[in-house]
Amino acid sequence: MFGKSTLVVSLSAALIATAGFAASHSSKSSNAAVVARHAQMQMIGYHTGLLGAIAKGEAEYDAGTVKAAAANLNALAKMNGATLWIEGTAQGQVDGSRAKAEIWSDPAGFAGKFAALEKASMDMMNAGDAAAVGAGMAGIGGACKGCHETYRGPKN
Amino acid sequence: MRGIFKIAGACAVLGAGFGWFLTAPDPIDPNFGAALSGDAEAGALVFAAGGCVSCHAAPGAEGEEKQVLVGGLAFVSDFGTFYAPNISPDPNVGIGAWSLPGFARAVIRGVSPSGQHYYPAFPYAAYQHMHDQDVVNLFAYMQTLPADPTPSKAHDVGFPFNIRRSLGGWKLLFMKDEFVLSADHAPEVLRGRYLAEGLAHCAECHTPRNALGGLNRSNWLAGGPNPSGKGRIPNITQGKLDWSESDLVAYFTTGFTPDYDSAGGEMAEVVGNLAQLPESDRAAIAAYLKAVPAIP
Repeated sequence: MFGKSTLVVSLSAALIATAGFAASHSSKSSNAAVVARHAQMQMIGYHTGLLGAIAKGEAEYDAGTVKAAAANLNALAKMNGATLWIEGTAQGQVDGSRAKAEIWSDPAGFAGKFAALEKASMDMMNAGDAAAVGAGMAGIGGACKGCHETYRGPKN
Repeated sequence: MRGIFKIAGACAVLGAGFGWFLTAPDPIDPNFGAALSGDAEAGALVFAAGGCVSCHAAPGAEGEEKQVLVGGLAFVSDFGTFYAPNISPDPNVGIGAWSLPGFARAVIRGVSPSGQHYYPAFPYAAYQHMHDQDVVNLFAYMQTLPADPTPSKAHDVGFPFNIRRSLGGWKLLFMKDEFVLSADHAPEVLRGRYLAEGLAHCAECHTPRNALGGLNRSNWLAGGPNPSGKGRIPNITQGKLDWSESDLVAYFTTGFTPDYDSAGGEMAEVVGNLAQLPESDRAAIAAYLKAVPAIP
């Protein structure tokens, strides 16, 4: 009798421990995905900032910088989101996330927003002077805003 | 004893009568705008500054569809859910059959052509500052937009907020006709005041509200909980917002913050509207924000 109940207790304990591990494991990977997404956004912001400074006249126009910044934006827009926008990482589900549930309920619409950035950054690659960079910023700004308008929640 | 009842009764009748009088919808001059002529092109800018599209276009509308002011967007609040009405020029369900004075009374007094108070989800407390010429131009512009026959959705508001007459009391308490920022400022700041406190109705979201939904004017633009969802609306006084005037103008034009984050949510809509204005107007709003009292 004693042996049986000990077995039940230790089995239960093992089950609870496993469940606990699973939960902490999944929250760890969710957090990591959110951190990685923020890194992607920071990279986008950094390169947009380089272009924005040229558009505003705060930095000299330099064809190499424009091309490199636009190419990196293009690569960032093309990242495969399957590892980043994983289920269960919406605002309210993971600390620091401002991702709206619409990202998962409307995946085609969400993908379209990254496609808009892909196109806008492609257009930017051949901007020949500061004025052309300025014109191209409208497209990049529009892509950022278009996505944030629909798929990003307010500050927590 | 009977005399006291008589007096009390008379007082009650007088009081109720006085209350009824006080809450009566404001009339408007039946000849409003008769001496002015409408310029639809100028009205397009009033329309953009007023942000009409952001609430009255169909939810999720993009591009050309945004010109169709069919309404339908829901505003969830503590008082119930309001739905933006159809304000397209349809003669039956929209504003196609409205007169200019009727339109003006709606926009700057918050009273429908049939004499009912509108709910203040419609920012008439801000629009009341609109110059007559801007009202006339706006009316001219809105008649050029496409008509749509979809009827407006009824508001979902329970007792006692469904008694429209009580909104007369709300207006008495909270619809102040003076500006918050004093007139003692440069013309650019005053132009910004007209735009920000009037047409662009920034305070409707950026100023905290009291329990009855009135704006807390002593915390003007100091932000607060988002009345219709998660998160907080930011404080945009100098107490919190340290952007330069050129940062602000750039934000109103492209939606980019100084560190190249971008506007999202409702503010992305606002930027889309402000970007249509002349640069001088965006600069005026920036100058106004620098002049508003700083609240920590």
